[in-house]
Amino acid sequence: MKKVILGAVAASLLVLSFGISRDSHAKPAASEPANSSDKYQIKIDNFSFAPATLTVPAGATVTWVNQDDIPHTVISTDGKEIKSPVLDTDEHFAHAFARPGIYAYYCSVHPKMTGKIVVQERTPSRPR
Amino acid sequence: MPRQKEELILENHNRDGVDRRGFLKCMAWAGTGALCVVKGGILRSYSLSDPSALAAGASNGELAFVQISDSHMGFNKPANPDVVATLQAAVDKINAAPVEPAFLLHTGDISHLSKPAEFDTVDQVLRSAKAKQVFFVPGEHDVLEDNGQQYLDRYGKSAKGSGWYSFDQKGVHFIALVNVLNLKAGGLGSLGPEQLDWLQDDVKGLAASTPIVVFAHIPLWTVYPEWGWGTDDSAQALAYLRRFGSVTVLNGHIHQTMRKVEGNITFHTAMSTAFPQPQPGTAPSPGPMKVPADQLRSLLGVTSVDYVPGRHTLAVVDSSLD
Repeated sequence: MKKVILGAVAASLLVLSFGISRDSHAKPAASEPANSSDKYQIKIDNFSFAPATLTVPAGATVTWVNQDDIPHTVISTDGKEIKSPVLDTDEHFAHAFARPGIYAYYCSVHPKMTGKIVVQERTPSRPR
Repeated sequence: MPRQKEELILENHNRDGVDRRGFLKCMAWAGTGALCVVKGGILRSYSLSDPSALAAGASNGELAFVQISDSHMGFNKPANPDVVATLQAAVDKINAAPVEPAFLLHTGDISHLSKPAEFDTVDQVLRSAKAKQVFFVPGEHDVLEDNGQQYLDRYGKSAKGSGWYSFDQKGVHFIALVNVLNLKAGGLGSLGPEQLDWLQDDVKGLAASTPIVVFAHIPLWTVYPEWGWGTDDSAQALAYLRRFGSVTVLNGHIHQTMRKVEGNITFHTAMSTAFPQPQPGTAPSPGPMKVPADQLRSLLGVTSVDYVPGRHTLAVVDSSLD
C-alpha cells in the first residue's frame, strides 16, 4: 500500500512539475484507488468503443485495441489531443493524458463511433 | 400515419410493377450483380446471372455500363481471404456478358487500407476488363491517413475539390460525388458546402429531360443511420436534381443491393466484390459477414445499367459472381 501511495504522489508531483494541472474546470479529484501500472484499455469491437466513457486519473495512459476486421481510428472531436494512425485488426494505440479534462473522440472512418475519456486531477491519496 | 406513407412507393413512374412488394423482392436479390442499360432516359438493369434476359433486354439500349464496388483490396480476413480472385471473377463476368459495357464505374473502397500496392493490384486486375475506361469515386477506405491526397493523385487529376466531377455519355449526364471526407463525430457521410455549390452550378444549364446518373460511395439516401449508412447533407444535393425526369443514384458502401424509388429518383446500392455485410439491424455491427465458402460468391457481384431513349428510368440489374 505504501508503495502505491508513493507512486501516486510521484505522479502528481510530475504533473505539477510540468505546470499542467491548471484546468480550472476540472472537478476536484475523486479519491479513487491508485493504479500503479496506469493500464487502461478500451476495446474497439463491433464498430464501438468499450467502455464508451472511461474515467482515469491525470497521467494515465489509455490504450485502444482494435478487435474488428475493419480499420478504425481514434481522433479527438476537436482535433487536438488524440490522433491515432489507422488501426488495422489487432493493432494498438496508446495515449497519455497529462491534463485533467473531458476528451471526446471518434473514429474518423466511421463517425458514428464516439467515446469519451474523463481525466480527473490526481491528488495524493490520504489514508481514510 | 406519415411513417407508413414513407415506407410505400406511392407512385410508380416506371410501370415496371415495382411496388413495395416488388421492392422487397428486389431486396431479396442481394447476391446478384448487374448490368445497367440506359434506355430513353431510363436506367434498366439486367442480371449478369441471367444471360438470356440480359441479351433480350440490354441489347437495344444505347448506353450500357457496369458498376463495381467495394473491392477492398488488401482485406484478408476469414470473410474473404482472396479478394483478388473475387475481383477478377467480377471482371471475367463482365467480359463474358453479351452486351459490352461502354465503361465501368467503381463506387469506392477500391483499397482496404489506402496502401499504394492495394491500388496497384486493383488497377492491374481492371486492366483485364474489355471496357478500358473506369470512373472512380473514393470510399472511406481510400482516403485513410492523408485526407485523400493519394487518391486524388491517382484518380482525380482532372477532378474538382476532393475528387468530384461530371461527364456526359450518349446524352446521359454522369455526376461523381465524394461523401467520405471531413466526417463529423456522430454524423454520417458528408458532401460539404463547396461540393453542393459545385453540383448546383453543374446541373444549372441542363434540360429537365436530361437523364442523370449520380454515383458516390456512401448511400445518398438514409438506409440505416445507426450504422452510418446515409449522408447528412444529401437532401440538399437531391433538391438540385428533383426537376429532372430521370435521376439514378448508384452507391456502394453497404455491400448488398438495396433499391428505393422516390419520385423521379431511383436509388440503388451495389454488392461488393470482396465480402458481404449484414442486412441493417440483423447483426451487432456492419462488419464483414462470414458465410460458408460455397455461398460467398452468391453474395458478391456487379451491377449493370442500360439506357434506352424514350423510357422513363434507366435499368439497373445486379448479378452475383456465381
